[in-house]
Order: sequence, then structure tokens, then C-alpha cells
Amino acid sequence: MKKNLKEFKTFPQSTINEIQRAAREGIYQIRGLGAKRKVPDFDDLVFLGASMSRYPLEGYREKCNTSVILGDRFAKKPLKLDIPITIAGMSFGALGANAKEALGRGASAMGTSTTTGDGGMTKEERGSSKYLVYQLLPSRYGMNPDDLRKADAIEVVVGQGAKPGGGGMLLGQKINKRVAGMRTLPEGIDQRSACRHPDWTGPDDLEIKIQELREITNWEKPIYIKVGAARSYYDTALAVKAGADVVVLDGMQGGTAATQDVFIEHVGIPTLGALREAVDALKELNMHRKVQLIVSGGIRSGADVAKALAMGADAVSIGSAAMMALNCNADLFRKDYEKLGTEPGYCHHCHTGKCPVGVATQDPKLEKRLDPVEGGRRLKNYLTTLTLELQTLARANGKSDVRNLEPEDLVALTVEAAAMARVPLAGTNWIPGIKEKS
Amino acid sequence: MNFDLTKKKLTEVNQYLQNIDRKSNVRKFKIDNPSGHHAICAGLKDDIDVTINGHTGYYCAGMNQRANITINGNVGTGVAENMMSGNVFVKGNASQSAGATGHGGNLVIEGDASSRCGISMKGINIIVKGSVGHMSAFMAQKGNLIVFGDADEDLGDSIYEAKIFVKGKVKSLGADCIEKKMDDKNINELKKIFKELNISENPKNFKRYGSARKLYNFKIDNAGAY
Repeated sequence: MKKNLKEFKTFPQSTINEIQRAAREGIYQIRGLGAKRKVPDFDDLVFLGASMSRYPLEGYREKCNTSVILGDRFAKKPLKLDIPITIAGMSFGALGANAKEALGRGASAMGTSTTTGDGGMTKEERGSSKYLVYQLLPSRYGMNPDDLRKADAIEVVVGQGAKPGGGGMLLGQKINKRVAGMRTLPEGIDQRSACRHPDWTGPDDLEIKIQELREITNWEKPIYIKVGAARSYYDTALAVKAGADVVVLDGMQGGTAATQDVFIEHVGIPTLGALREAVDALKELNMHRKVQLIVSGGIRSGADVAKALAMGADAVSIGSAAMMALNCNADLFRKDYEKLGTEPGYCHHCHTGKCPVGVATQDPKLEKRLDPVEGGRRLKNYLTTLTLELQTLARANGKSDVRNLEPEDLVALTVEAAAMARVPLAGTNWIPGIKEKS
Repeated sequence: MNFDLTKKKLTEVNQYLQNIDRKSNVRKFKIDNPSGHHAICAGLKDDIDVTINGHTGYYCAGMNQRANITINGNVGTGVAENMMSGNVFVKGNASQSAGATGHGGNLVIEGDASSRCGISMKGINIIVKGSVGHMSAFMAQKGNLIVFGDADEDLGDSIYEAKIFVKGKVKSLGADCIEKKMDDKNINELKKIFKELNISENPKNFKRYGSARKLYNFKIDNAGAY
């Protein structure tokens, strides 16, 4: 006979489990990847497509441009990428050398960029990356002027979507001799990076910092400013004021190598709402398309890319999805997932260094499970798919350039998404928060 | 060779100094009228001598490699930040974050240095003949911060393997920073640095501070230390 059990809505079993884990261990949970909670996202928008008032382009015959120029506001040598999909910053340390090389190979094959992370630039990464963005982070691990000059662009990291206001974290099990050497730290320590830069404290200072970076690199390199999605309107405006060539906006669905679960799930705002605010700021300053906007955090498909561009982004960046293309969470080596207490599809154990598929690890045995050449090919295939999907949607909306997609091509399926993206609820002309014209 | 920053643009001066013709015998340069400009002598990479006559703004000698740079004046935030090698001599006082994240070389400040001096330093030697402000050597990873005067609050907070030597008073130590024994090895280290920089000072007059290493790995029992 079926028992008549009623779960507490305030205290479901998962909450009870977490309370009892906390009581047992006395410490917060640390984990990798991004938010697991459901938030309004690009799935809550759909394209209208062409009809009587819009002509579509032939899906297989007419050209649809995907190239994008990033950083032509001040830099002498802006980046010209073949596709508007870049690879987000992920550190050597968080990822193994094979994973970094695979990312470089896949991105280069598609004519796009990859990005370093909190830990400096490796030879493998520079060697395999046609376009490499070098991050300047609060920790400044491995930062040196030679690598600065070797980079194709410089990204000043103010924050990231998974943890706006938090610094990097890499637990001791991943700090092997090479990682420790690059970061000038003892092996095996829990490395908790600073959350604030050591030599500037606000946008006025940052403007001067950027001037220094430009002086050191002969004003050649595009300077990006990366912010976690929080007060996106003001953060974007201040980044423009500080002299950014490119603003990188990372929504709360963006991943991390390791941080507190409470940070991942409870700080920052979804990519959808943050993007709208950032575009508003750029338009108000008359800087839209002059300072390029890259958006990241939860980009998975060509549809997500197309919707982000339609809302006003110039390009997107992918991190978690790129790792998944390399087999993160693939149904392989099941026993190793079980040892971590998880299963394929649920794993967020990047912080342990015991990645079953050899992506987020420094363990030589596990790392061998990822062949950088094969990984690079898989990433290339994935990026090709995203690009084809993006072009398909652009042509269906009558666009010969993917950046001609516009908010008018979109409607929302939920009231929340309509309010955040500021596009009408499907089948109506109602945008919450916008007064209808009488 | 002399440069006058009222007559020549900063970028042109920096570009010239960053790309020295190795066949040229000119290795000594002067910069007049710095007028608080930012990023003067940033990114130098050759073994040249540059004297700046006047006060400078932020990030003077930033990321220096091999050059010897003397500033006859005060310096703004982040002097010699992320320096890799070479020598930077400040004849006046320094603002905050002096020598921040420096990997190598020597930074000598004749006057005082403000807060966060040597923050996240990674191998540089910083010698401050006056006093340093609060949170100096915060998260300092490697290298030596040597202070002839006093140190303000929270010296060496969350320090890693850097060493701090202070001759005067320390107002307070930060998390995980403790006083350590000044042994012969440390005395000889200081002697060597002083000799190289032509500084006459007795290392035995200094106390040494460094990491207790209790916060290197997170233990719940140490949570109260933060």
C-alpha cells in the first residue's frame, strides 16, 4: 500500500540533508561549475522568424556573416574573430594542461579566442591558441610583462558571474609542483586568491591602471574588463568610463573551479537581466557597438548565442559548455564518479582535482583520459554546431549578419523573462515595466 | 640623454626607453618635469639608468625588468608594481601599494610608504627607510619587506612565505603573522641585501615576522582567525 507521506515544503529532504551535513562537518560546501537553481534564461525567449513583414534568407545559399571585431575603440591591433563565440577564462591549475591545450586547439580551428585564468599563461596554451586573451586578476599569479606582450588581448578581471565579490579558490589537492611554481606558493596549500586588486580600488584608479597596461604594450592590445553580473548598468558604464575596449559580462549561471555553494546560488543576477542592463548603459552612453560587449554565463546552444546577440551583445563566451564538449560529465568512468559520490550529469567536483574525465585535474593518470588533439576536435565540432545554429536562426529572421539580430526579433514566454529582457510577452505587445502608448 | 615631459609625450618617452638600441652607448637618461604623470618608465626591459627629477603619479616603474630607476621626488600608488628585476630608488615618500606583487629586484624608499606596501609580493626586496602603513605585506608570498621605522596595523595579514623585518614598533600583526626568531641565516640574508644596495645598517637591530602557516589549509578550528 502506498504511504501517504507529505514532504515539508520549507524543509524538503535535500534541505534536511544539508542541515545535517553542516551539523556534522561545521563548514560550508565548496564545489565547482555554476548555479543549479532554475532562473529565467534564454529558453524563456523565442524568435518570431520571418513572415509577411520580414523576408527570410535562403538557409543553405545566402551568406550570413559571423565575424566580429573586438577592441577597436583604442587598441592598435583589435581582434578579428571568425565567429562571435569565445572561450572563457579558465586557469591552468583548475584545468589540466591537456584541457587548456584542447581549448586552444578547438578555438584556433574556428578562428576564435581562448583565455588564460588565475595562474598565468602556459606554453601549451600560448602555443595552441591563435588568439589568446591574458587575464589580469587580483592575485596576479604568474603575471609578467613578457606574457603581457605575447597576449592578443588583456582582460582585467573585476569579478565573475559565479561569485561577484569573491576571489579565486584552488584547493590544496590541485596545487602540485608546477601549479605552485607558477603561482609562487607552497605546494599543497588551499589557495584562496584576493577578491580585490592590489593596486587599484575603483574606476578612477582602474582608468590609470589601464593606461599603464597600454603603455607597457604600446597601445596595441585590446583591453577587456570582466565583471560578474550584479549592478550591470552601472558596472558597464563605469567600465566604459575606465577606458575598456570590451566589456565582458558574466551572469550567475557562469561556472567556477571552486567556491562556496552559497556564493554560487545566492549572489549575482541571471545573464538575461544583466545583459539587458549592460546594453542599456552602452546605448545611453552612445557606445553600443563602439565598446563591444561579450556576455557569458549559461550559453549552451546556437539559440542562446543568437538570443544574446539579438539582445545587443557583440559576442558570447563559453566556459562550462566548452568543458562539457571535452567530456565534462560524460557517461564514462562511472566508478570514478561513484567514488566522488556523484553520477554523470550531476558532477560538480572540479574542486577535488579528481575529475573522472581528465579535464579539471592535475593528476597525471586522470589527465591522460583527455587527448588534447581529440579534445580540440570535439570543441571544434561543438563550435561549428553552435555557429550553424546561429546562422540558421539569423537567416530565418532575414539577417545577413548575425549581429543584425535585434530585440524586435524576440518575444518572451514568461512574464519574468519579458520584464528582464524587455521584449513583449508572446502574443501581446506588453512589456512589464513599460507603459503602453495610448 | 634628457627628456622633458612638458615637451615630449609620455608614450614616446616610454617607447624610446622600452626599445633601446643595443648598439648605442647611451645607457643613462634623465626625465625632467614628470609633473605627477602616471606610468612613467612602465615596462622598461633593458639594463639602463633613468633618473626622474620630480614627483610621479601612479605605477611609476611598473613591471620593470633590469632597469635602474631613481626618482628624485615622491611617488604615487603602485610604484614598481609587479617588478621582475632591476632597482628602483625613491628619494621621497611612496603612496599605497608600493612594490605590489613584485617578483624580483629591489625597491628602496628613502621616506615612508603608505598602506599595503608589498601587498602580494612574490620575490621582490622592498626596503623602506621610514615607516609603512597598515596592511603592509598583506598576502605576501615571497621576498623581503625591510622596514627601518614602524609598521602600522595588521602587518603581514594572511602572509605566505615572504619575510618581514622591522626595526621600529609594530602596531599589530595580521592574521597568521607571528614574530619569528632572527637567526644567523636571516642576519646574513639582510647583510647581503644591505651590501648589494650600499646600505649601512646593522641587521641585528631588526625583528623578523612571518607566517605561522596555520591558515594554509582550511581548518574549521581556525575560522575565528579571520
